[in-house]
Amino acid sequence: MHVDGGARVELRGVGVRYPNATLPAVHGVDLVIEAGEFAVLLGPSGCGKSTLVRTINRLVEPTAGSVTIDGVDLRERDPDELRRGIGYVIQAVGLFPHYTVAQNVAVVPGLLGWERAKIDARVDELLELVRLPPAQYRDRKPRQLSGGEAQRVGVARALAARPRVLLMDEPFAAVDAIVRASLQNEIARVHRALGTTIVFVTHDVDEALRLADRIVVMNAGSVVQAAAPTELLEHPADDFVRHLVGVDAETRRLALDRPLIDR
Amino acid sequence: MNYLIAHGARVADLLGQHVVLVGAALAVALVIAVPLGVVATRTTRAGAVILGVTGVIYTIPSLALLALLVAAIGLGQLTAIVALVAYAQMILVRGVVAGLRGVDVALIDAARGIGFTPRQTLLRVEFPAALPVVLGGVRVATVSLVALATVAAWINAGGLGVLLFEGISTNNPDKIVAGALAAAGLAIVADVALRGAERAVRT
Repeated sequence: MHVDGGARVELRGVGVRYPNATLPAVHGVDLVIEAGEFAVLLGPSGCGKSTLVRTINRLVEPTAGSVTIDGVDLRERDPDELRRGIGYVIQAVGLFPHYTVAQNVAVVPGLLGWERAKIDARVDELLELVRLPPAQYRDRKPRQLSGGEAQRVGVARALAARPRVLLMDEPFAAVDAIVRASLQNEIARVHRALGTTIVFVTHDVDEALRLADRIVVMNAGSVVQAAAPTELLEHPADDFVRHLVGVDAETRRLALDRPLIDR
Repeated sequence: MNYLIAHGARVADLLGQHVVLVGAALAVALVIAVPLGVVATRTTRAGAVILGVTGVIYTIPSLALLALLVAAIGLGQLTAIVALVAYAQMILVRGVVAGLRGVDVALIDAARGIGFTPRQTLLRVEFPAALPVVLGGVRVATVSLVALATVAAWINAGGLGVLLFEGISTNNPDKIVAGALAAAGLAIVADVALRGAERAVRT
């Protein structure tokens, strides 16, 4: 498998204040996500984690501070072009219902003007990567997929044009626990294989602990703690983090010693 | 029924005129209604103005509107088509607005997030997703226009209304029945055909 590598994402003093809102959604976030890192933004709903991740592909414009990818300020980039170079996976998947699976996966390479043959080969490669046999799935419509299969296609679509950054906003929150576990295994495997920088949003502590190189805990628009999973469990920065990781911290720490099952 | 059998060719001729009136009006009406509907969904103020104005037009009695238009542009087919276009606006614009507003926001978020421009999002994601609802509007508008177009005969625009008006003025119920049956048949055929199209574009 071709190794795509990741980009370095740097947020400096990022704040987002929506019009007419009394409090900022995101406030004073300084965060460097290293190339190839799997960073998980963790926090309760409304803590600003989705807003923050959306500043990285300019679906949300910061009202303060700056975001750079590999040193380039995003404000210097055309937003649509920028997004074609960043993978984006959302909870609702958002597959285009009138396109087949293959057409959905081919969308971004198509926008980038790849040649037909190259796109077809890439689609098959990606469907293999997310373990959907191309011969069986290429021509299906999204309504013929289960929730888990649809999200695998969502991941394939996001990776199609070899992005160096992949943004995932609660991607597995809508599927049941068993499917979620298998999708988590897949994304961990994909991350190892491709080395893409991943910024992953979740409110699920166990999911964060399983996947993250580093967990960024957010509350009320600010970053409370950014640390490796073990560090977070052993040295929570404050009561908020302690309550978030919960009374089961010791059990969870032990579970971390057990590697992800690679099927 | 006697008239329909004895003068089938004439009924067919008037039916043809009727189809042309409704078809031309629909085509023009769609060219206006689709952009209007898009604009109406982009800002709340534009939406209120556009839906308000098209709604008001719809409440003008058809005979009164025709009389006004005759005073402005004279008798004939063109006047009838203008009136039909005006009436169709409310139904069609509402269909376009309902269709576009009904598009799953996650779909639009995904489209924008992977790098579609707003225009590509509209053409390649929003329109296809809205199409069944828009076609529903087209169907209702078509059936209404088939009925409404009978009044066009009153201003020398031809169509099946000719039979109705002649039947009334010469006290010939047979003619009225023939005209009414032909118009009803046309409306039913259009309804069934467009229902089929709606089903075909549903994903």
